[in-house]
Amino acid sequence: MFINNYIQISLYLITLLLFAKPLGVYMANVYENRPVLINRFLASIELALYRLSGVKPEQEMTWKAYAAALLWFNLLGGLAIFGLQILQSYLPLNPQQLGNVSFDSAFNTAVSFITNTNWQGYSGEVTMSYLTQMLGLTVQNFVSAATGMAVLVAMIRGFQRKNTATIGNFWVDLTRGLLYILLPLSLVFSFVLVGQGVVQTFKPYVQIPLVEQAQVSPQPEQANTQIIAVGPAASQIAIKQLGTNGGGFFNANSAHPFENPTPLSNFLELLAILLIPSALCHSFGTMINDTRQGWAILTTMTLVLVGGLLVTLHYEQAGNPLLSAGVDQAPSLTQSGGNMEGKETRFGIVNSVLWATATTAASNGSVNAMHDSFMPLSGMVPMCLIQLGEVIFGGVGSGLYGMLVFAIIAVFVAGLMIGRTPEYLGKKIEAFEIKMAAIVILIPAFFILMGTALAVLTDAGKAGIANPGAHGFSEILYAFSSAAGNNGSAFAGLSANTPFYNIVLGIIMLFGRYGIIIPVLAIAGSLAAKKSVPITVGTLPTHTPLFVLLLIATILLVGALTFVPALALGPIVEHLQLINLH
Amino acid sequence: MAQQLKPALIMLLFFTCLTGIAYPLLVTFGAQMLFPNQANGSLIINEKQMICSELIGQPFTRPDFFWGRPSATSPNPYNAGASSSSNLGPGNPSLVEAVKVRIAALQANDPENKAPVPIDLVTASASGLDPHISPAAAEYQINRIAKLRKMNPEKLRELVQSHTEGRQWGLLGEPRVNVLSLNLALDTAH
Repeated sequence: MFINNYIQISLYLITLLLFAKPLGVYMANVYENRPVLINRFLASIELALYRLSGVKPEQEMTWKAYAAALLWFNLLGGLAIFGLQILQSYLPLNPQQLGNVSFDSAFNTAVSFITNTNWQGYSGEVTMSYLTQMLGLTVQNFVSAATGMAVLVAMIRGFQRKNTATIGNFWVDLTRGLLYILLPLSLVFSFVLVGQGVVQTFKPYVQIPLVEQAQVSPQPEQANTQIIAVGPAASQIAIKQLGTNGGGFFNANSAHPFENPTPLSNFLELLAILLIPSALCHSFGTMINDTRQGWAILTTMTLVLVGGLLVTLHYEQAGNPLLSAGVDQAPSLTQSGGNMEGKETRFGIVNSVLWATATTAASNGSVNAMHDSFMPLSGMVPMCLIQLGEVIFGGVGSGLYGMLVFAIIAVFVAGLMIGRTPEYLGKKIEAFEIKMAAIVILIPAFFILMGTALAVLTDAGKAGIANPGAHGFSEILYAFSSAAGNNGSAFAGLSANTPFYNIVLGIIMLFGRYGIIIPVLAIAGSLAAKKSVPITVGTLPTHTPLFVLLLIATILLVGALTFVPALALGPIVEHLQLINLH
Repeated sequence: MAQQLKPALIMLLFFTCLTGIAYPLLVTFGAQMLFPNQANGSLIINEKQMICSELIGQPFTRPDFFWGRPSATSPNPYNAGASSSSNLGPGNPSLVEAVKVRIAALQANDPENKAPVPIDLVTASASGLDPHISPAAAEYQINRIAKLRKMNPEKLRELVQSHTEGRQWGLLGEPRVNVLSLNLALDTAH
């Protein structure tokens, strides 16, 4: 029934916003080094780790040192995960005796996981050993998320401080985010997921005879048995949702009954996607001593999300006009109806579109329904949410630092209109910040459009297309949006596990992550060095509904100006063709 | 800048041990203690013989069984060793053709049934392993199966209802029928 669609959406949004304040305050305490409840258990581990690695927690870093520490850490992480993949057949915990991963796929996956993208060219249950999933992928799920949150905290310090050269200590921010936020949440969440039916075992895959035995078959054994992939999935799924990573343990990601078995597991995994990104808005407000600023940002994000959600819901629930002959697609008490190709019965339409918008608004990228089979306009919404720069909630940390860059652009635009020097949160916004902000906005846009152009002009690029016509173009455009935006979801018909896509998308993911982190840290360093200007009657208030509107307009305008021509060639023309065919 | 190399190396090793070894081992240990059935795949075991996983669907083609969602896994449908969807776009002629073929197969086995086919019964699921169909899709098949098994349709409808789950807590998800457990019950009863 239609009414239940809206009940489930409201329940989700209300629950999400209720968590924003308590978790936001908690995370602010973690990063401000105030005592937190679980501190006593973990504080000794934290201090031992600093001693072991020679880190002096009170010694602060300039933005350049902060960036260097971050890059070294991510580079080593990438090498480790690359090595694990290309050597996995010689290593233990590989009950299915899966072979070594090819060099290009291993490069792509290594980059994908250190950049918090979790684009998956491979298919989990037939490629990765249990050891690779644990030691490589799960570890990067944690540390790439903690890295994003660290960069955000460094940027917030830029606004907090004045006349100083330092923005905090990367090792401390990384460690505290991981130990006090991500690890405890994941631990609790893993057990809840197992209780719902998510698998967590080191045993080999299960083999069982089918209930219906085929009478005649060329390969009776294969046709009459079912091999069921299992593995240590719950521990990885908990952090892949909480850390906006999104890389599935199994190929079907969160549509797989062992990753997401029940409507309750679906609700909680969906909550986990946006939980930390929304709460970080409140942490931001708390840390700058003006919680109204955090709520203004959170309102902006929520409004854009709900707008996209309603469009997606409308087109998916309306169903596919080409299939209407002899088929019942209308919602009723006994079926969800709508466009059910690539969707699971237990989730129906509403939970599939709620997930699709949340996972692309955030840079999560896990899926519980196949975006490739969405109707053209409802498939366009997830693509647009990525193209807006992954700032509508966005990745943990990365979403909010991207949004703060848009806020800087918004006050700059407002400053131009009224002829005053722009200010944001008591800091003058000058040429250097605007240059860096422009880089942050241009890098993903450049790589999405140029990458798509390269793919459609080369045979290697066109070879991957699965669906004919405009939809094939959409598959490519989505892939490059997903890589540059560090999202990781796909129009998965595209055969992307080829040297061309593995290498090109891998390089783009690197630029999409570090090409943004470095200018953001530079902004943080520059802001921290400035003095604080007092608020006067001439200051543009940045917590009002007017500013929320200005911010939304800035984001949508930049996105529209950049991507409307490309979208017109893909989903928009496909939509018109579909109406015409019907 | 190279002075950050040493902490980077030690931190990575430490977090690899913590989140890559200790954490999954702790979760596995706890899960096997608290929820041994779920942690191992919700397997239904009868007299030491593994029957099925209640979460993973199986293919059914015999007309006296309830049919589940079409599955796009390869090489066989419902291959739980390689989950996959069709990824067919909404305007792809292959999708339109596949749906037509599925409708024809349903109607060939049930020529008197002129009702429109519920959409989930003719479209492939996202995982290729969907264990459920909608109650509407089960209702569509009741007359066919009742006739082939010489059952009273009302009796069969009651059996379907006992294998129907409502929304979780009356709110979440969609109502659904577990095809595998329904077919197992069908074989036990008749």
